[in-house]
Amino acid sequence: MMDQAPILIIIIPLFAALFLTLVGPLGPRFAYGLLITGLVGSLGCSLLSLGLVLDGNQAVQYRLGDWPPPLGIELVIDHLSGVVLVLIAGCALLTAIYSLRTAEQDNPDRLNHYYALFSLLVTGLLGMAASGDVFNIYVLLEISALSSYGLLARGQGPAYFATFKYLIVGTIGACFYLLGVGYLYIMTGSLNIADMAAILSQPELQESVSVRIGFTLIILGVWIKMALFPLHAWMPNAYSKAGTTTACLIAPLMTKVSVYIMLRMMFTLFSADYVFSAIVWSPYVIYLASAAAVIGMIAALAQRDLRKMLTFIIVAEIGYMTGGAWIATASGFIGATYHILADGLMTLCLFMAVGAIIYRTGETSMAAMRNIFQKMPVTAVIFVIGAASIIGVPPTCGFFSKWYLIQGAAEAEAWVFVAALLIASLVAAIIFFRLLEIAFFGDLDTTGASGDHGHSHQPVATLRAEAPLSMLIPMVITAASVIILGLYTKEVVNYFISWSVPLGI
Amino acid sequence: MYSPSFYQIAPVIAVCASLAAVPLIALSGSRPNLREFWTFLAAGTKFAMVFSLAGYVLAGNVVEVDLIRVLPELSISFRVDSFGIVFALVSSFLWIVAATYTIGYMRGLDEHAQTRFFVCFALSLCAAIGVAFSGNLLTMYIFYEMLSLSTYPLVAHHQDLEGRAGARKYLVFLLGGSVGLVLPALIILFALAGTLDFAYNIQSGIVPEGTGPTMVVILFFAFLFGFAKNGVMPMHAWLPGAMVAPTPVSALLHAVAVVKVGVFCTTRVMLYVFGIDLMADLNLGIITAYIVSFTIIMASIIALTKDNLKARLAYSTVSQLSYIILGVALLAPAAIQGGIIHIVNHAFAKITLFFCAGAIYVATHKKNISEMGGLGRVMPFTFGAFAVASLSMIGAPPVAGFITKWYILVGSLDAGQMAIILVLIASTMLNVGYFAPITYKAFFGKPPAGVSYEPGIKEAPLIMVVPIMVAATISVFIGIFPGFMMQFVQMVIP
Repeated sequence: MMDQAPILIIIIPLFAALFLTLVGPLGPRFAYGLLITGLVGSLGCSLLSLGLVLDGNQAVQYRLGDWPPPLGIELVIDHLSGVVLVLIAGCALLTAIYSLRTAEQDNPDRLNHYYALFSLLVTGLLGMAASGDVFNIYVLLEISALSSYGLLARGQGPAYFATFKYLIVGTIGACFYLLGVGYLYIMTGSLNIADMAAILSQPELQESVSVRIGFTLIILGVWIKMALFPLHAWMPNAYSKAGTTTACLIAPLMTKVSVYIMLRMMFTLFSADYVFSAIVWSPYVIYLASAAAVIGMIAALAQRDLRKMLTFIIVAEIGYMTGGAWIATASGFIGATYHILADGLMTLCLFMAVGAIIYRTGETSMAAMRNIFQKMPVTAVIFVIGAASIIGVPPTCGFFSKWYLIQGAAEAEAWVFVAALLIASLVAAIIFFRLLEIAFFGDLDTTGASGDHGHSHQPVATLRAEAPLSMLIPMVITAASVIILGLYTKEVVNYFISWSVPLGI
Repeated sequence: MYSPSFYQIAPVIAVCASLAAVPLIALSGSRPNLREFWTFLAAGTKFAMVFSLAGYVLAGNVVEVDLIRVLPELSISFRVDSFGIVFALVSSFLWIVAATYTIGYMRGLDEHAQTRFFVCFALSLCAAIGVAFSGNLLTMYIFYEMLSLSTYPLVAHHQDLEGRAGARKYLVFLLGGSVGLVLPALIILFALAGTLDFAYNIQSGIVPEGTGPTMVVILFFAFLFGFAKNGVMPMHAWLPGAMVAPTPVSALLHAVAVVKVGVFCTTRVMLYVFGIDLMADLNLGIITAYIVSFTIIMASIIALTKDNLKARLAYSTVSQLSYIILGVALLAPAAIQGGIIHIVNHAFAKITLFFCAGAIYVATHKKNISEMGGLGRVMPFTFGAFAVASLSMIGAPPVAGFITKWYILVGSLDAGQMAIILVLIASTMLNVGYFAPITYKAFFGKPPAGVSYEPGIKEAPLIMVVPIMVAATISVFIGIFPGFMMQFVQMVIP
């Protein structure tokens, strides 16, 4: 049973999705229970697999139908993908618990179909993280992408149009990736990552133009998928018009998994040697990443819609991770990988808090934040924790990822990237303190600017309307993990990430 | 003397006492007396812990506590040494004094959101002691940021346009400095030295030999200007803006805790990270001395032009803070001693001055110096204390400020810096220029036209006057018996 854990991670949500399409007559609560059960099973198997990896201190290889690679399909779970699997399954489970009220509100009719897509999306994401085969990654990428189109299009107003844009761009991205895989397949005759990596390390292939084109296409495809500036234009509208649950599920996870795929392609399929010596992109990519970080944050500053603001923050965070991966130092790599975990948790935390605020106030603009500290104190504190992590206030995890990234950039003397990280942090501070001021003190005109000191105006009495418990519990867990991950940075880095630091950097 | 294990736990209690009080204060918002009891309990515990540690440190011990190891080579840790204990003693003792005064002030003016006020106050004190006891730069940075964030609601307390603008400025300067300059300097230093723990003596520092001088200079100035709480120009602009806060905040935080944290961090980094030898080699000390001399003179000149009493005091603070950095930057033993002891001397004197400003406001609702003519005869105790504290600022014996001036003068003679002596003289003149008229007019001047005071004494409530008298008395006491605090300072540098 233990041996089967890796495949069960993917099989359980897949079958849950299948059954979910059939259980419509049993009512929404049954569908909710089934989804939760499936995700709990998947999370349990992810933890078991991670346990297997830690026990043996080596990657766990699972062969489907016992067909040996390179012909058979293989799942590879190592320290890195093990943690990413736990992150995906955990975040998906928390979002599923959170969805009790909002998913019903957004999908009063076919809730079971909505949940089926939800489960299928999670299947795709988990599969991408676990797969040891470039073509399967493509298939699972499309599974998750197609289900995300379905989920996103169920949002309000112009969501259809935004999703259509996303569909076109996303498909182009996937096509790039597939073309790249095609090139590499022609050159190596294999699709298994480990096998391809061995073949690609031959000197004549290192020089080959076809391989180089393959690499370029794959990386470009992944960049489109992860919304790296300037390929991000599809994302803000698609995510901000989505339903609350959809946004909580897709926004934190989809882009992070794409970053994970980028790291895998760069360092497992190819090697640090190839990426930083055979081709000389890294100075340019660092500029691109720096631009992404700064421009993403500044664009976020310009938004009045809360979720759109968060989406642009993700654009900036993608810049952080890309920069960390391409500065070619161990600290930078650790920073980028650690930030996958940190950013997944902190954006989930913020999207959940904002979702709860929108659920209670019915507004999506900054005005929704008015007097939130009085109205929804717990949600407000959770929002503050997420915001602190984005800004990089210790001891939240966002501080430590920034620490590693800046250290890596300083070691590589990539001062542009150091400056970009700091500017982005400062802009993030402005973004959030602007909101917190409204959240803490209300609008200026409601409290009045009268008198020269405060006792003349008592704060306007506001009704306490905390988010329902089904939303609060997952939010509290997420916010707690943001801090716990920060406090246990050393353990996370030592036990999981340091194993995956590629050779040669 | 207690067992050594007690001293392992004492710094943690000292830092966390006010943190533990936060939920208690927050939950007893509807019962003000109980709420204030928690504040006093926390303040008393904190001071008791610091005081017991002071005795232990005086016996030649250094307490080190490792809390959490967050990165493989880096932990959150406390170290209680004589330098830290000086600052911790002052701020924990003055919290008790200020808490008493605050109750009188907040209730006297019937301020709103008092619970939030006391919660944030307790958090700030936790951060201030945390900075004093930090064992490495990371811990110091964490508590430094905590202090910036927990004082933000205090500055924005009035929630009006002015309050919010002041609070925004506050954050822009403090976070801009710490995130924009200190954080990268910290990380680069860590990448170079592989550690952020403070050195055990002030000679050598932790910057590895062979580091390029350009890099050292950049790091040094990133720290000097990044710790914007120290008020070195041009990073001082937040301090006058922060004066919109209620006066107890200005008194304890913007005369003692917050600004002293800035100066403490700056001097801690100068002495225990860079070290005297390196600073002397690269002439960093003397450059810094001139930079802060500019601040000393400029801030005093601006103070002359201010009619609002709190604004004048704010610029006086900017000027006096630079005395501390000046003393340390001269690198001569006597000057360093003078700089460090000024943390204590300035704290007692400036808190008295701010307390007086608050008492005047509560009793008469006057903010401007020009309206205070003749007021000394109505509030003799308040203005008497004001006079004593201004003597300390000027540096006249027998009040505490004289000790500072003496040591720094001796130090600048030792260092052979005649120009600095001129700066000290000019600054003293300016201090007389902006402090003496206030006392003079209050006692001998006429009330403004159309105002007449009834004969007889009409002071602020007793709960405010007593803290004022206590702080002023201690200021004189330190001036006459400087030995108690000096013994800690002499342990830093004999």
